[in-house]
Amino acid sequence: MGDHLLDVKNLSVDFHTTHGTVHAVRDVSWHLERGETLAILGESGSGKSVSASAILNLIDMPPGEITSGEILFEGKDVLLMSAEDRRQLNGHRIAMIFQDPLSHLNPVYSIGFQIAETMTAHGVNKGQTREKTIELLARVGIPDPDTKIDAYPHQFSGGQRQRIMIAMALALKPDILIADEPTTALDVTVQAQILTLLEELQEETGMGLLLITHDLGVVAEVADRVVVMNAGQIVETGTASGVYHSPQHPYTKKLIAAIPGEGDMAEPLGSGAEPILEISGLSKHYGAFVALDDVSLTVLPGETVAIVGESGSGKSTLAKTILRLEEATGGQALFQGQDLIRMDANALFKVRRDIQMVFQDPTQSLNPRMSIFDIIAEAFVIHPEILAKQHWKARVCELLEQVGLKAEHMYRHPHQFSGGQRQRIAIARTLALEPKLIVCDEAVSALDVSIQAQVLALLTQLQDDLGLSFLFIAHDLPLVRDFAHRVIVMQSGKIVEQGPVEQIFDAPREKYTRSLIAASLSPDPDVQAVRRTALRKMQEAAV
Amino acid sequence: MLNFLGKRAVASAISLVGLVLLVFFLSRLTGDPTGLYLPLDASEEARNQFREIHGLNDPLIVQFFSYMADLIRFDFGDSIRRSEPAIDVVMRGFAWTLQLTFVTMSLVVVFAVIFGSLAAFNVGGVFDRIATFFSLIGASAPDFWIAIVAIVIFSVKLGWFPTSGTGTVWHWVMPVSVLFIRPFGLILQIVRGAMITALGSAYVKTARAKGIKNRPIIFVHALRNALLPVITVIGDQAAALLNGAVVIESIFGFPGVGKLMIDSILQRDFTVVMAAIMVTAMAIFVMNLLIDILYSILDPRIRY
Repeated sequence: MGDHLLDVKNLSVDFHTTHGTVHAVRDVSWHLERGETLAILGESGSGKSVSASAILNLIDMPPGEITSGEILFEGKDVLLMSAEDRRQLNGHRIAMIFQDPLSHLNPVYSIGFQIAETMTAHGVNKGQTREKTIELLARVGIPDPDTKIDAYPHQFSGGQRQRIMIAMALALKPDILIADEPTTALDVTVQAQILTLLEELQEETGMGLLLITHDLGVVAEVADRVVVMNAGQIVETGTASGVYHSPQHPYTKKLIAAIPGEGDMAEPLGSGAEPILEISGLSKHYGAFVALDDVSLTVLPGETVAIVGESGSGKSTLAKTILRLEEATGGQALFQGQDLIRMDANALFKVRRDIQMVFQDPTQSLNPRMSIFDIIAEAFVIHPEILAKQHWKARVCELLEQVGLKAEHMYRHPHQFSGGQRQRIAIARTLALEPKLIVCDEAVSALDVSIQAQVLALLTQLQDDLGLSFLFIAHDLPLVRDFAHRVIVMQSGKIVEQGPVEQIFDAPREKYTRSLIAASLSPDPDVQAVRRTALRKMQEAAV
Repeated sequence: MLNFLGKRAVASAISLVGLVLLVFFLSRLTGDPTGLYLPLDASEEARNQFREIHGLNDPLIVQFFSYMADLIRFDFGDSIRRSEPAIDVVMRGFAWTLQLTFVTMSLVVVFAVIFGSLAAFNVGGVFDRIATFFSLIGASAPDFWIAIVAIVIFSVKLGWFPTSGTGTVWHWVMPVSVLFIRPFGLILQIVRGAMITALGSAYVKTARAKGIKNRPIIFVHALRNALLPVITVIGDQAAALLNGAVVIESIFGFPGVGKLMIDSILQRDFTVVMAAIMVTAMAIFVMNLLIDILYSILDPRIRY
């Protein structure tokens, strides 16, 4: 067996914390060849990023400790190299891009400086860097690179920032590019562009690409081989297609089964019922910027209406305007016949009981200093007519059990729960008010795929039991496909298409809807290959 | 930017008028200066004449408007005690205070930033522990007590430095050192905290992945971000010194605006008190403006 470009052998990394030692990765081995794309697939906490961080010496030690193993780059163990030798590898031979390009770019320096710095740090003469930086920016598709070189990270869009990160990483034509969740924070259409760019650049340079992701769709799109990690260990290795079609390990099977977008679609509800929410002509302007433009929609009792669109499409503004967290510029929103937009503060206070919201990030939306009991029972403090004080405890127990948590955990604080559990707590909090309509703003986007499936099953159950209506705001189309009765597609503050879920997914009428569906990735590499060809054709036709 | 400066100038002008009102009437409440300046056995006629000369016989409101009328022509009036323009007296003292503040704060910033950054680079290390220990002592030490002890030890016992005055470089050592201690301790702590945050940030991880050396990571990538909160505190501390380090200037007999102010209050030299307050208020306004400008230079996201 000849030398691999990169060979990780029996790597184990521990983190020593005040709560004891965490074995982040245990006895992990994998390798990467030139020109190959290897994906490390895992959910949060699986240790998928740790081995990549170890390669680039990015693990803080302490608290981290590499307890065993070797990392061979071109046959030499980087763990035995001096700090200075390792620094010279970083950015020069091995480069890395990250999930959230806004926080990973230094906000106070121009992008030109930050790209040129990679070169000067590895001995390139300062005089040559500007021209080279402009070339790189042009190559990754930044328009107008001659002037944009002096702009700052906040002046670019999310997709452009990731392109800039890529330009920075590729400045010295590294042998290996590590991409840690490179498209997770991006819209689907932008994700498709970035993945295409990475593939093209790999073909040009012949570099090895190590892709760390939680998304089987991304694996299907770009990976040759895949390593599946769970709880710090590799559970399965194989070709992308092989692992998807014949998973061997139970964990992989479970992961693939949890992928949304494969199940039956819901039938539309009968149109006889009186709508619970009826919005017409709603608009919201911020100065000259139109965030919502003449939006009209209805929600029936017991119905799930999904609002999909890319960032900046106005879907969150719509939710905030309905809840009067933002004041509408015009239009009306009738909730059970009363206009929410023109309601006085008193009436609004009463009606807020009936309309509740579940936010994207339960870590931020739950007060970290309040116990779960206090968080849920606060509903009764604010609306004392719901329940007399002596029944609070019993009701909180009941609510926790309803969302699948243990009643004895009610005096714990939010940080003692996992992300999925926290979102259940947030749901229990809304249920305490006995609402009729729950607005879910990207309520499961921050959760792992298997947890997403559980939370959606819970919401469906609650809808069946309590007759709740959901306004489900999401960017993830496969999720929406499985969960919604009706879908509303938004772009630039306008509704471009709406209809029953089957119509939107199987027979979309609008070009924008079609491009959104085409850009979303299938977890099946074979299906994805077909889709990719179709998408490229669409793009070529558009040009 | 110009629009912003204009708005700030108007806002400060309004504050200044409020300040003049407050100080003018409050200082009159301390009593009539006549008794302090004329001998005890001065005749009522002489007293009246003194009051006439200094306009103290007019109703308070008339005194105020005539003062404001002069002020618009930048005439702060004459010092009652020294019979020269009050503004000249104040500017002399202010020049000293400005130098003292500049020297002290320059030293504070240089040392606090270097030591704070290095402490943050290796949290919990020996250097961090030493720096934290001394900065905590510095931030909490009572400076008037240190000043007196320093005079006892270094001037009286050892005879190294003069006790008061400004004649030579040696005269400056003790006031600067004593004034240095507290802002140094405070700012070091803030630099350390801000640098720990900055060094743990995602963009520093990127810099490491790019193979940037440690020194530019600390002093180029992290420091410029960490300086933003630090600058606010530097401004605050410098303002405190500009206001006149009243106690320290008095202890070391340093002829700055702080000592001048306390002396003038005791002597009911109203014109000088007023002029001193106006000048320091202006100085603080200018300094805050400089800080805002510095902010927008350091952080391209801030544009006025």
